Parts: sequence; structure tokens; C-alpha cells
Amino acid sequence: MTISEVVKEKLGNRAIKIFEKNALRYYIDVAPDTIVETVRILFRDMGCRFAIASGIDTPAGFEILYHFSDDKTGKIFTLRTLIADKDNPEIDSITPVICNAEWIEREMFEMLGIKFRNHPNLKRLLLSDNWPRDKYPLRQGSSL
Amino acid sequence: MSENEKDKKTTIIPIGPYHPLQEEPEFFELHVEGEKVIKLDITLGYNHRGIEKMAESMHYDQVAFLVERVCGICSASHPFAYVNAVEDLADIVIPDRAKYIRSIIGELERLHSHLLWLGLAGHFLGYNTVWMWAWKYREPVLDICERITGNRNHYAMFKIGGVRKDILNADIAGIWKMCDELIKPLEMFRGAVMDDPVIHARTKGVGILTKQEAIDWCLLGPTVRASGVAIDVRRDDPYAAYNMVDWKVIVTENGDVFDKAMVRILEMLESVKIIKGCLEGLKKTKEGEIDAKVKSIPAGEGIGRHEAPRGEVFHYVRGDGTNRPARHKIRAPSYMNVPSNQISAIGGTISDAAIVLAAVDPCYCCTERCAVIDTRTKKKILSGEDLVRLSQQRTKDIISGVWKPK
Repeated sequence: MTISEVVKEKLGNRAIKIFEKNALRYYIDVAPDTIVETVRILFRDMGCRFAIASGIDTPAGFEILYHFSDDKTGKIFTLRTLIADKDNPEIDSITPVICNAEWIEREMFEMLGIKFRNHPNLKRLLLSDNWPRDKYPLRQGSSL
Repeated sequence: MSENEKDKKTTIIPIGPYHPLQEEPEFFELHVEGEKVIKLDITLGYNHRGIEKMAESMHYDQVAFLVERVCGICSASHPFAYVNAVEDLADIVIPDRAKYIRSIIGELERLHSHLLWLGLAGHFLGYNTVWMWAWKYREPVLDICERITGNRNHYAMFKIGGVRKDILNADIAGIWKMCDELIKPLEMFRGAVMDDPVIHARTKGVGILTKQEAIDWCLLGPTVRASGVAIDVRRDDPYAAYNMVDWKVIVTENGDVFDKAMVRILEMLESVKIIKGCLEGLKKTKEGEIDAKVKSIPAGEGIGRHEAPRGEVFHYVRGDGTNRPARHKIRAPSYMNVPSNQISAIGGTISDAAIVLAAVDPCYCCTERCAVIDTRTKKKILSGEDLVRLSQQRTKDIISGVWKPK
């Protein structure tokens, strides 16, 4: 069974969309509340390696892409979710499942202002302490 | 013992905010009880330059130059991963000759980066002979880089759809000879590290990362390959010419600092093999066919990876159909590798901490600028133009054979 099939079977209709962009790049769309469960399937059950997460400010909301690499086949599975609430963006942290996601979640917290619930150490990583609290550099319209 | 009494017994040893040996901005806070490290706090961000944000305001071709400046040592890895990402986005197939040239540059970079690390590792152990020898033999590698690209470090070779500069078939024999001359010193390093009792005493069984820890922490590059995890993007998700030449992934099992050094040394010999394979390949392709001539980049998203000397570099690019990326995410390997110091350094002694913290070959953001100023007159001795003139003269000397390494 391929990884996409396993995810489809385990999540059922909670997987919004699973598609193949090309032979080595796959996308899995899920709702924000299913993220930790899906991460657990990919990382714990299927043995994929967490590469990184990218947070993006889009007109529809904050998009987070969690990139997982399946090193046995060279495929990349991108788990995609959209936080529609732009005024108060919140999502569950995946750090309790993957300890090394700590830094990237802290980075998205300071750069985009997304709050990660259950994060063990949610504080700034790169920005200096005197950077204004309400200014998020990677949000659209924010200038350098 | 109460928590309070425990705290009294703990001493904090700061390494940083400016690393005394690596000359890079980071801050390791070692919590020690006597000689033993019990906790490690890492602080970084002293030199955050906002390159992801800058990339959104530049057009696709400019970004290749921008990401080259993410790191002074991995100056080919970031543009390599970036062009892979944009080519994944736009479904671009590049000519074979460009693939070979890209791999040659990638491997030359691995050679000089690993030699740099080997020298630094010696320096960290207080064994400066290793440092001086490793850096001495790094120079001929940089000379090859200069001969091919015109630069020792920032090569500006990568462009979307190919490379900017060709390697002439007439030059191949000269470059081949320079590569041949590298094998002897590399074999010497292999013998020296394997036989040296001082290196054994300081690195064997020190800073061990087990296979399971390496997988749980999603670590990359020589750091995991020394712990028995055989991952290498060059083999797993082949790009450029890596599936067109013969080479193998180096894996060792013990996960200590010694094994990390061995992986890097053996990898250098593989790199020479890859470069030679690519030079052979160049002979089979036609001179000048190095560019797919890309006109525009459509909307969409692409992911590009490259196995840099320190591990997988990961670039994600999203385009919206304009001439600049809408989002560009950059993940350098040290971003994943540095947090693992929290396991490898703990339980060891302070004296081992220096080498353990350096064993992942950390790279924060290392492009330093230099100005030479006469303190009495406060005037610059060397201006930017002077440096360009000197560097161009040296490149000419290397190509004409006048330059001889000292």
C-alpha cells in the first residue's frame, strides 16, 4: 500500500483532497484540527522524515505546508492546511510528536503571528526582543 | 535534594554570543554540574537577515544570486536547491552538459567545505597541525573552483534552466590533473585520522547519536550517515548528474564524533570520483549547450533539494505567474542539525562539549565582510575596486599557470 492510500484509509473523509503533482511530489489537504493525527500517521506509522514547514499569508487565510520526505522512494508529501481566521490564527502544535519542529513553529509564531497550541516553548527564535510585538515580518503588506 | 539546592549546584558556562573558535554569532548556554553537562540552551538570531522576505521582492533570476549569499561556505548549495525548486515548479528539463557542470560545482564545494570542517575540528581539539594541513590542502580545491568559475567561493554559476558558464573541453585535462593531485592528500588524511591516537582519544565514543535519535530528530547529512541512517538526496531524489555517474553513499554505524569525521573524509574521495565521472560526461556532450533558455515562470509551486556538505538543503518556491516568487522558504541543514546538540552534548564533559557542538558542522550565517583600515590615518587601505582587481589578476594567473600554491 502506498503512503497516499494509507493516509486515505486512515483519515477517510477527513482528508479533503489527496493528489499527485508529479511522480515525486504529493499533496494532502486536511483541516487544521486533523493536522496532528495526520502528522502522526506520516511520521510515526509511515516513517517519513519531517523536512520543514512553510507558513504563507494568503488572501484566504494562513496556509501551512508541512513537508515530509519519504527517503526510501525520494517522494515528498506536503501536508497542507488553511487557517481561515486571519485575526486570531491558531493551530495545534506538532512539536509533541516531532521534537525538532520546535524551532520552525517558533519561527512561524514570530514571523506570521500564528499561535501553536500545546507548544512546549513558544517564544521568539530569530527576532530581537525589541522588535514590536504586533508586527509580523512575513505577513503581506509588511515592509522590510 | 530540593529543586533550589539542585540549582545552587548548577553552573552556567556561556559559549557565545560570538563563538570564540567558529567566529559566528550563536549562544550556547551550558548548564554543568562539576564537569558534566546536564542541560543546553541554544539562542540564535543574532544575524537574521530576512532573506526569505527579500526574495519576494526580487525577480527569479536575482534570487539565485541572493540565496548564494545565505552562506559563504554553502554558496553553491542554496542556488542549486533553488534552481531545482523553480525547475520543479515550471517543469523545465535542463541540458545534460549543464547537469554535469552543476554536479562538478556541487562536489567541489563539498570538498572544500569538508576540508574546512576537518581543519576546524582539529583546531577545536587543540590539535593545530590538523588545522594547518587541512586548510593547506583546501587551497588547491579553491584554485580549481577559481579556474572553472572565476571565483573561490561565490560562483554565480547557477541559473534557472542551466548554468551561466561552460567548461571548455580543452580545459578538462588540466582540471582532471588538479583533481588527481587531491587524492594523495585525501588518502593521507584518511590514514592520519584512522591511526592518530590523539584523535581517537578525543573523538571515539564522544557525543554519540544513536540511529533512533537521528531518525526521531529528523537529522541530515553526515550527522545521520555517521549514525547508520543511509539517506542522501543525491541518491534518493536524483537531480543534476548524480544518477549519471558512479558513486556510493558513505555510512558508518557508531554515531560518535570520530565516525562523523570518517564519513566526511570518505565522502571527499567519492566527490573526486563524481567530479571525474562528470568530466568524462562533459566530453560526450556538445560545448555551449548549457541553457534551456527559460522565458517565463508560471504560477504554481515547486520543491527543490540538494545534498549540501552539511545535509539536505530544502527550498520551496511558490509563484503567482509574475516575475517574482510569492513565497520562498529556505531550510538549511543546520536548522535541523543544531538542535540535536541538546542530546549529544548532554551527559558529556565540558572539555568534550566544544568538539561535540562542532561535530554537526554548524553553519549559522557566516558571510562576513572585511575592510582593511590604517588606524593612524583612518583611511581604507584596500577599496572594493582594489579587491576586484587583485582577485581578477589571480584568476588569470591560475588559468595561465603562473600561480603556484605556496
